[in-house]
Amino acid sequence: MVRAFVTLVFVAILGLAFGRLALDYVPDAALNQTAVHYAELTPPETGAQNVVAAIIVTYRGLDTLGEVTVLFLTAAIVALVLAQTSGPTKGRGSGLLPSGELLQTGTRMLTPLILLFGIYVFVNGHLTPGGGFQGGAILASAALLLLLADPVRRFSHRLLSWVESGSGVFYVLIGVFGLFLAGGFLDNRILPLGDFGSIFSAGAIPLIYALIGLKVGAEFSSILESLEEAEDH
Amino acid sequence: MIYVAGLMGLAMLGAAIVALATKSTAVAVIAAGLVSLFASVVFVLLAAPDVAMTEAAIGSGLTTFLFFFVLSRIRREGGNG
Repeated sequence: MVRAFVTLVFVAILGLAFGRLALDYVPDAALNQTAVHYAELTPPETGAQNVVAAIIVTYRGLDTLGEVTVLFLTAAIVALVLAQTSGPTKGRGSGLLPSGELLQTGTRMLTPLILLFGIYVFVNGHLTPGGGFQGGAILASAALLLLLADPVRRFSHRLLSWVESGSGVFYVLIGVFGLFLAGGFLDNRILPLGDFGSIFSAGAIPLIYALIGLKVGAEFSSILESLEEAEDH
Repeated sequence: MIYVAGLMGLAMLGAAIVALATKSTAVAVIAAGLVSLFASVVFVLLAAPDVAMTEAAIGSGLTTFLFFFVLSRIRREGGNG
């Protein structure tokens, strides 16, 4: 009873805070100075059609590197914690429920399409909405579908860790190249900007987004596989 | 446009209430995924397609899959004792 009352009070306080936020909201009449700068100077400076991608990868590139690092740390910690729970025998088949004809056939049909769509999303990140994080998550959902359909399946840890660390190293290398060849760390103008709106344009942005996509996909997949492998008996 | 976004917000609330109230775990997982799906539609309506893609891919795709994945593991290991 007391606990329910305390919960209600907290929810009411939270509602009050958000309610004030919503009621006091006045939409801006014009873009603020930073937004105007990005909106007007992004196409000539970076050659990217998707302004959001240019901000994430170039203007705020260091933040994105930090985010990717946080994700890497998460994957490493999950693997570390789950590896210590017990020593499972690899691919234990006992007590596995068969996952059903519908899921298995559907997985076989859908996995290539999902993978292709994930790659499409991060390759076109500088042109259309989307990018490395979204594409990587789509890749990982294909991996999850494979694990759902066949719980005994294992991806190659060696391959995942190579993709993961390789793309991370290349990401930092591209950033360092920017330091020497262009304006600064993670500057995208180390490659020619190309025609505005074509697939090979916007300098290093598509390259960096592809690396981020591979890295995020590999990280999520390795988290999922660690979850699958942990047997808490 | 703003009314459609409001309608989507109400749909999100409805799906969230279903997720809390239902007895079946599978229905709750699907309703929670539906909340994210409606949220991503709201993001598209509010001209934030990049956020919408993240929400759809992670919130309604990966998380829903993950819940079902864990659910099937619980069933499997519960059978083992």
